[in-house]
Amino acid sequence: MKGGGTLYDKVWDDHVIEELDGGMVRLAIDRELVYEAGSVQLFRNMREAGRRALRPERVLAVPDHSVPTHDRSEAVLRGATADLLRQLDENCRTFGIELIDLHDERQGIVHVTGPEQGLTLPGTTIVCHDSHTATHGAFGVLAFGVGASEFEHILTTQMLLQRRSRTMRITFRGALPRGLGAKDLVLAAIGAIGANGGAGYAVEFDGEAVAALSMEGRMTMCNMAIEAGARVGIIAPDEITYQWLKGRPRAPQAELWEQAVAYWRTLPSGAEARFDREVMLDVDNLAPQVTWGTSPEHVIGIDGHVPDPAQIAEGAQAEAWARALDYMDLRPGTPIAGVPIQRVFIGSCTNSRIEDLRSAAAVLDGRRVADGVRAMVVPGSGLVRRQAEEEGLDRIFTDAGFEWRLPGCSMCFGGRFDSLARGERCASTSNRNFENRQGRGGRTHLVGPAMAAAAAVRGTLADLRDFL
Amino acid sequence: MQAFTRLTGIAAPLPMANLSTDDIFPGTQPEAAGKNMAYSDPSQMGANAFANLRWDEDGHPRAGFILNQKPWTEAEILVGRDNFACGSSREHAVWCLTAIGIRCIVAPSFGEIFHGNCFKNGVLPVILDASRVERLLRLVADPASAVLTVDLMEQVVVDVEGARYEFDVDTYLRHLLLEGLDEITASLNALPAFEEHERAYLERRPWLRSGT
Repeated sequence: MKGGGTLYDKVWDDHVIEELDGGMVRLAIDRELVYEAGSVQLFRNMREAGRRALRPERVLAVPDHSVPTHDRSEAVLRGATADLLRQLDENCRTFGIELIDLHDERQGIVHVTGPEQGLTLPGTTIVCHDSHTATHGAFGVLAFGVGASEFEHILTTQMLLQRRSRTMRITFRGALPRGLGAKDLVLAAIGAIGANGGAGYAVEFDGEAVAALSMEGRMTMCNMAIEAGARVGIIAPDEITYQWLKGRPRAPQAELWEQAVAYWRTLPSGAEARFDREVMLDVDNLAPQVTWGTSPEHVIGIDGHVPDPAQIAEGAQAEAWARALDYMDLRPGTPIAGVPIQRVFIGSCTNSRIEDLRSAAAVLDGRRVADGVRAMVVPGSGLVRRQAEEEGLDRIFTDAGFEWRLPGCSMCFGGRFDSLARGERCASTSNRNFENRQGRGGRTHLVGPAMAAAAAVRGTLADLRDFL
Repeated sequence: MQAFTRLTGIAAPLPMANLSTDDIFPGTQPEAAGKNMAYSDPSQMGANAFANLRWDEDGHPRAGFILNQKPWTEAEILVGRDNFACGSSREHAVWCLTAIGIRCIVAPSFGEIFHGNCFKNGVLPVILDASRVERLLRLVADPASAVLTVDLMEQVVVDVEGARYEFDVDTYLRHLLLEGLDEITASLNALPAFEEHERAYLERRPWLRSGT
């Protein structure tokens, strides 16, 4: 199968080891990221089979999923959490993998810490046993989320078996209205193509609105490519990418940096590039996006109304909508702005970087969280947390009544320490609004960080534009 | 890995689009299951499968859920809708299904990571057109026609009426599954090809030589 000269095709071709009968390809992998949850079994398998990590110097480990973000005293860490962290530590020693542990300021969510350390470089391939690995595509990387067995295979062989994807380009035309951000772009895109619209595709995000985004915003977009069913989300590297990377600990230095940048400049899809599917979205009049249901494709503008399953013809979708409305306890036709919320979560590998915190803080400055709302902000890494404190953002959050947390995945997936109670409704900057995702019976509305802040102040889902 | 060649068994209808791996293996475990995601032994994960759909708050079976009803309590095949098992990469979603005896899933499309995870665990994901899946959903919802035969050698699903539904599957993955081969062993044999590629690759991308 031949490619069409796109960014994806160029990086793919550079990593093809061999093509097997039927089109399956052995693809060379440059970097691997590991975290504690879900890695216990694969390391145990490797140990039992007497296998080693083939290129351990290319792997970085950091605990994130199950770490407490409210308190890290011994009393909290003991038991299951301490046991998991100890196993990660032992596995990293056994297999020669560098670990950034909980006592290290660089610790954070793998998809925040990896790029921060300069591990994520344009033109490379990266895997992690986490579905949000697509995040790294923001740098022009083919980044694959894989299961534990696949990850074990890659650690052992440095190869991923995969077929070349079809390519889709989503072009965002125009300029984002003031106050809106990358989350609004990507939610609108998922609404347009569906939670399965990206299946079988590598999706490239392009257009003026994407070129104008910071690296933080681009990571938000690629992070959610998986929520459109795409294995890969990717954005062409440019001057913003190089500026962001330069001087990071693992980024190339001096002469090698110049060589690398010269190569990276050849990566973007050229004018002659052919995509299997092209999607155009005009963003000049985009409203802030919010989900009403239990799939990221259940998304509308904040000025919209909860849709009516009776209005659609397709049976399976009508059933899904009716089920979602029942779970979310919403009625068709209800204005989505004004729906009361009890919890606000700002964090996750989607929206926990410095720009996200700045955007939320801009709304919160001088305001207070509404009565009856519990709000928390969980920075994506210790370095994000420190930078936010240096900028005084922590004071804005705490003065407003937010909890100022330590870095980790926290309430994104309703882990042991942070989850929604049954029936609680949350404005969340995370990536999944699935049933029971943030806690059994919890109800999640996905929004960007400024929208989450607006909801916290109003006590209901609210339009961030009212707060500008 | 357990080989998959041909299977005749009861199929359960799960007519939900965008069913997620969170639905199949909840990260927020009900107390009844009592197991932390990071710790579960794959063979012990049966109770976790569809936990929120299958058990009520007290850990009692929800009578309305298909896998709690005869004959589907014995199901070996699932028939689902679009984007089956989307979301999280957690392989637990496959492990817990194998623990309750599921060996094959038929759907119009799958979450791609889950699709790959199936092949690592002797489970066959079959992709058929949505209209054909809808027909199967109706058929297997009736106990009298709930049995399907899935033949990987011939790449066909056959219902009780004898209707045949041919499907495509990747040549290499089919080979691994038919033979029950360990993929890592097969790939370790291909290491010389990797090393040859790596030498040339690091020659042209020297800034990647120093590991991380």
